Amino acid sequence: MDWQGQKLAEHLMQILLVSFALGAFVTGYIVGSFQLMLLIYAAGVVLTSLFTVPNWPWFNKHPLTWLEPVEAERHPKPEKPVAPVGKKKSTKQK
Amino acid sequence: MHSFLYRLNALLTFSLTILAFICGMASFSDNFNTPSPSVDLKVLNVNWFLKQYGNDEVSLTFSVEADLRSLFTWNTKQIFVFVAAEYETPKNALNQISLWDGIIPSKDNAKFSTQISNKYQFIDQGTNLRGKPFNLTLHWHVMPKTGKMFADKIVMSGYRLPDEYR
Repeated sequence: MDWQGQKLAEHLMQILLVSFALGAFVTGYIVGSFQLMLLIYAAGVVLTSLFTVPNWPWFNKHPLTWLEPVEAERHPKPEKPVAPVGKKKSTKQK
Repeated sequence: MHSFLYRLNALLTFSLTILAFICGMASFSDNFNTPSPSVDLKVLNVNWFLKQYGNDEVSLTFSVEADLRSLFTWNTKQIFVFVAAEYETPKNALNQISLWDGIIPSKDNAKFSTQISNKYQFIDQGTNLRGKPFNLTLHWHVMPKTGKMFADKIVMSGYRLPDEYR
């Protein structure tokens, strides 16, 4: 998931959950059923998690383009320094 | 950062916060309900009235007629009701003796009328009951699905126990 996708996923999650909660409360209050409110909201949470939690392709439409590694070529890595003498324990390190 | 589990965690915490909020709203919406319950309690008969082990004991038959439907809102789980006899003695300003109780599970059961003799014993602490005026009170405790439990009562006064044991 790219940066834009993260922002989109988070906003989508918040907007969907709040609107499901509003819808559930209003419906429950009008119908007079607490159970219906909970069911609608639970369905909303499940739907929202299906929509925003997995890494869907529409969250990957703005891939990061990295700079060409020119700098690295201009300054090549120095050679590895020779291991100092007298280190017998180095065999233990891995 | 921003892995599958991170997004799942964010979604669950946010959804539970909202759930708590809508439960609070549901509890708040109970304030817009103005209940108008009606109750009628009648003493039909004093079955017996005697002194046992130094304490007065009475058996009553009474009728309960109540319409508590207006107490039910969408946020009400059940209502607990009990009938108490209340009287004053020289030692205690208020004596309450529960005579009958019941649980009303739904609005359909909230209008009822029944005739019963006391479910629980009506025993005084002492011998104060002869000729004693007393109240019958219907108490109710409303248990909501979310939010605070609340209680109220209707007092019916003007009852009197007989002057002699029988």
